[in-house]
Amino acid sequence: MSFLDLFRNLDQLFVNVSGWLLGLLPDWLQPWASIAMRIGVIAAIAPAIMMYLTWIERKAIARMQNRYGPTRVGIYGLAQPLADGLKMLNKEDIVPRGADRLVHLIAPVLAVAPAILLFAVMPFGRNLIAADLNVGLLYVFAISSISSYAIFMGGWASRSKFSVLGAMRGVAQIVSYEVPSVLSAVAVIMVTGSLSLGTIVESQAGYWFVFTPWGFVACLIFFLSGVAEVNRTPFDMPEAESELVGGFHTEYSGMKFALWYMAEFLESFAVCAFTVALFLGGWHGPAIPFWVLALALAILIGTARLLPLPVRGVGALVMVGAGVFWAAQPIPSWIWFLSKTYFLFFVLVWFRGTFPRLRADQLMGLAWKFFLPLALVNILVAGVWLMPQTPVRWAPCLLILWGAVSLLVAVNKPSITDRRTYVLAD
Amino acid sequence: MSATTAETQLLEINLGPQHPSTHGVFRMIATLDGETIVKLKPVMGYLHRNHEQIGEGITYVASFPFTDRLDYFNAMSNNFGLALAIEKLGGIQASERGEYVRVIMAELTRLVNHVAVTGFLLNDMGAFGTPLLYAFRERERILDLFEAASGSRMMCNYVRPGGVREDVPVQWLERAREIVNNFPIFLDEFETLLTENEIIQQRAKHVGVLPKTLAVNASITGPMARASGVNYDIRKVDGYSIYPKFAFKVPLGSVGDVYDRYYVRILEMRESVKILQQALKDIPGGPAISPKGQAISKAPRTFKPPKGEAYGRVESPKGELGFYLVSDGSSQPYRYHIRAPSFINLTVLEDMCLGQKVADAIIILGSIDIVLGEVDR
Amino acid sequence: MVGRGVLKGMWLVLREFLSTYPLGRMVLRVTGQPAGNRLVTVQYPDEKQQHAERFRYFPFLVYDQTPDNLRCVACKICEQECPPQCIHIVGPAKDEQGRPLKVHGRTYPVEFDIDTSICMSCRICVDVCPFDAIEMDNQYEMSSTERFGEMAFNKEKLLKSNEYFQQIKPTEASVVDQRLEAKKPKPAPTQPPTPPSAA
Repeated sequence: MSFLDLFRNLDQLFVNVSGWLLGLLPDWLQPWASIAMRIGVIAAIAPAIMMYLTWIERKAIARMQNRYGPTRVGIYGLAQPLADGLKMLNKEDIVPRGADRLVHLIAPVLAVAPAILLFAVMPFGRNLIAADLNVGLLYVFAISSISSYAIFMGGWASRSKFSVLGAMRGVAQIVSYEVPSVLSAVAVIMVTGSLSLGTIVESQAGYWFVFTPWGFVACLIFFLSGVAEVNRTPFDMPEAESELVGGFHTEYSGMKFALWYMAEFLESFAVCAFTVALFLGGWHGPAIPFWVLALALAILIGTARLLPLPVRGVGALVMVGAGVFWAAQPIPSWIWFLSKTYFLFFVLVWFRGTFPRLRADQLMGLAWKFFLPLALVNILVAGVWLMPQTPVRWAPCLLILWGAVSLLVAVNKPSITDRRTYVLAD
Repeated sequence: MSATTAETQLLEINLGPQHPSTHGVFRMIATLDGETIVKLKPVMGYLHRNHEQIGEGITYVASFPFTDRLDYFNAMSNNFGLALAIEKLGGIQASERGEYVRVIMAELTRLVNHVAVTGFLLNDMGAFGTPLLYAFRERERILDLFEAASGSRMMCNYVRPGGVREDVPVQWLERAREIVNNFPIFLDEFETLLTENEIIQQRAKHVGVLPKTLAVNASITGPMARASGVNYDIRKVDGYSIYPKFAFKVPLGSVGDVYDRYYVRILEMRESVKILQQALKDIPGGPAISPKGQAISKAPRTFKPPKGEAYGRVESPKGELGFYLVSDGSSQPYRYHIRAPSFINLTVLEDMCLGQKVADAIIILGSIDIVLGEVDR
Repeated sequence: MVGRGVLKGMWLVLREFLSTYPLGRMVLRVTGQPAGNRLVTVQYPDEKQQHAERFRYFPFLVYDQTPDNLRCVACKICEQECPPQCIHIVGPAKDEQGRPLKVHGRTYPVEFDIDTSICMSCRICVDVCPFDAIEMDNQYEMSSTERFGEMAFNKEKLLKSNEYFQQIKPTEASVVDQRLEAKKPKPAPTQPPTPPSAA
C-alpha cells in the first residue's frame, strides 16, 4: 500500500496511517509500538482538546452575551489557549500555610489522570478506539468516579473553609449523580446486551437510541447527571464562585489550578463523547444519507425568498457541491462522532450561558427524588420496549414515562407550580 | 426508635469583605450548621467616607457631587433628594421644565438601577453573567443619555435646587423617547429569559421571606417593602415634585420572598416607562432652572438659607432616600444627615437569612439591593 | 409544563448567539425572528467610542490667542468651591511693591495646580467661575505611573487655547464666546468685576 492510498478511504484514515506506520517496524516491536502509539496520541491530543475547549467556551459564551470573546492573541484569538497555558506555567504556585502540601499537590494530578484515562475507551470512529474493552462502560463509570477523591483531597488539603464546603458538596454531588447515571446506562446495556462501547455503537446503525422513548429519557438523565458529575452549570455547586469563591480550588494557583481546569474540561468532553456513543449513534451518521440532506437544503436555500439573491445562489451551489462530494465519499465516521460531541459540548456551554445554578440541597433532591426513580422506571420501559417487536410498543412506553414524570413532579411539589398575582395598587 | 444525636460542629465563615458576591466591601460573619445558617452578623463600615461630616464643611451645592457617590447607580435620584431638601430649606421654587427633566432623569435612573440589580441578582444565583450583560447593554443606552445631558455617565452632578444645571441638549428628548419606547421590548426579552425559568423559581421562591409586619416594623422601604405587600411609595404618599400629574400604579407582592422582590422590580420598571412616556410627551418649554436656583449654583456661597431644618425625600430605586438639613443661617449646613435606604433595608438581613442555606444568604443579600457607598456613606 | 421556562430561556440565548454572526442573522431573518446585530463591544484601543459633546473629564484653563493671555485672574473662587479641594492657586502675581501685575489688563495666577488624582470631575469650578476661565476637557487617556508628579497638573499643563475649546465643545464654546463678547464693549476695564465675597 502506497502512502497516497492512505487518503483514499477517509473513514479509515487514522487506522490505515497507524497500520502503515507500524508496518515499518519489525514484527516483534509492533505490539509494543502499537500500545505506545495509542498512549502517545491520547496524551498529546487530550491537552490539545482541552485547550481548544476553553477557547470554544469563551468564544461561545461571549457571543451569547453580545461580546467578542478573545480576539487579541492570534487570529480570532486562536492562540489564546497557548498564552493562557504559558501564563499559568509562569504563575507563582501558592500553597496556603497549614495546608497539607503533599495532598495539595497530588489532588489536581489525581483529577486529571482519570479524565485522560477515559479517552482510552472513547469510540472516535469505526475501528478507531484505543482499547475496545469488553467491559468498556464499566471502566468508564469506575474511572470517572475517581474524581470525587481528587476533589475531596484538594478541598481538604487546602485548609480553607470555603474549600472544605466545596469539597463536601462536590463529593456528595458526584456520588449521588453516579447512581442515576449508571442506572440510565443500564437500559442501553439491556437493549444491546453488551458493555463494550464498540458494540453499543455498532448496534445503533439503523436508529439512534435517542429516538426511542426509553433512549430519550435515559439520554437526558445520563447527560444531565454527567453535567452534574463534572460540576458544570447549572450544577456547579462545588465551585460556586458566587458563594464559595472558588469552592474546592479556591486555594489553587498556577499550573495546579490549570490542572483542575483541564480535568473539568476533559471530563466534560468525555461526558459529551459517551452520551454520543451511548445514545446519539456514536460514529454513525443519520439514517438519511447526507447528500440527500444537502440537496434538500440546497433547494430550501435556493427558494428562500427572504434571503438576498446572491446568498441564495452561493448557498445553494455550496450545498449541491457538498451533496455531490459526500455522495461520492461518505462522511468519515470520526467526523460524525466529533461533530456530535462538539455539539453536545456547545450545549454544555449553552447551559452555562443561560442558567443560574441550583442550590446544593435542591441538586441532591433532583438526583434522588427525580432522576433516580425515573431511571428505574426507565429500565422497566426498556424492558417493555424489548418484549414485542411491533410499532405498538411506543404506546405503553410513552404512557409509563408520562405517568412517571407527572407523578414525580406532583410528589416532589416544586415551588415552580405556585402561581402568583401581583396587585397594581394606586 | 431511639433518638440519637450526632456531635456536630458549627462552622463560622467570613463572607467578605473580599468576596465575589457581597456587592462591595461588605462582610457577613455566618455561622453554619452544615450548610444552614444559624447566625449571621453583618459587618459594615469598610467604605465609610465621612460624607455627612464633609457635607457640613462645604456649601450646600458642593455636596451634590458627593451625593453622586452615595449610591453610584442612582446619581440622579440622589441629586434630586438633596435638591428637594435644599429647596424646602431655602424656599426655592423649581422651574417647570426643570421639574420635568428631573423626574425624567429620576425614572431613567430607576430603570438603570432595576435592570442592573436584577442582573446582579442572577449573577449571585450563579448565572455566568448573561442576564447581567443583557441588562448592562440596555443600561448603557440610558447612561449615554445621562452623558449627553450631564457630561458624565454615572457621576452626573446634574440636578440643582430649582431645576437642573443646564438644559438637556437638542435632540435629547427624541433620543430619550426612542430608548424609552424600546425599553418594554427589552423587558419582555428579559422576562422570557428569567421569569418562567424553573431554576430561578426553584431558587428564589419562598427564600428569604420578609413578613409584612417585620417590613413595617423595621421601616423597610422601596421595592423590598412593596414585595412584602406594604403599599408605600413616596411618589404616591408624599406626591413630591410633579409626580401627582402622572398616572402610574404601585406593584405589590404577596409573599415577600426573593422572587417577589425580583418581579416587583420588573413591574416597577414597566410603571416607570409609563411615567417616562407621559413626562416626555408633556414636557414644557422654558428655562430648566429657576432664577434663584441659577444664582445659587453660580455662587454657592451666597446661598444662606434661614435658620431651620428641612427633610427632603425621594423614592430612590432602593427605597426612601431622605436628606435632613439643619441650617444655622450660614452658607454651610449645621447638620447634614442622610437616611440611606440601603443601610436600613440591610438591617433585616439576619432575620431573612436564618434557617436558610449559604447559597440563599447570597441571593437574599442580592435581592435587598444594596450599594455599599450608600450603606457606609 | 415543567421545563418550558428553561427552554424559552435557552432559545433566547441562542437567538442572541446567532444574532452576532452574519450567517446567524440570516437564519434569524428567514425564520422571522428579530435579527439586529446585538454585538455591543467597542474594541477600545483600536476603535473609540464617540462620546457626547458635554462629556467632561478634568478641567483646563482657557487662554485667548497667546498662552500669556489667560482668562484666569486668580480670584480663587474655584479653589474655595472645589468640593474635594484639588485646586491650588498662588497669586495674583504682584511686583515688589505689592501691586498686582497685569498682562492684557488682567491679573494672573503665579501658580495654578490641579491634582487630577483628587479631582472628581464634578464641574463645579466651571459653574462658579465668573470669567469662564476654566472649562472641562474631554481628554481621558492620561494614565501615569506616578501619583504626585504627573497627576498634579501645573499651569503649563492646564493651559489650552480657546480654539481647542471651540473644537471639543462647539455649542458650549459659542455660548461662552457670546457671553464674553457681550461683556467686552466697555473700554479696557481697569478693574475686573470683583467676585462676590472672597472671605
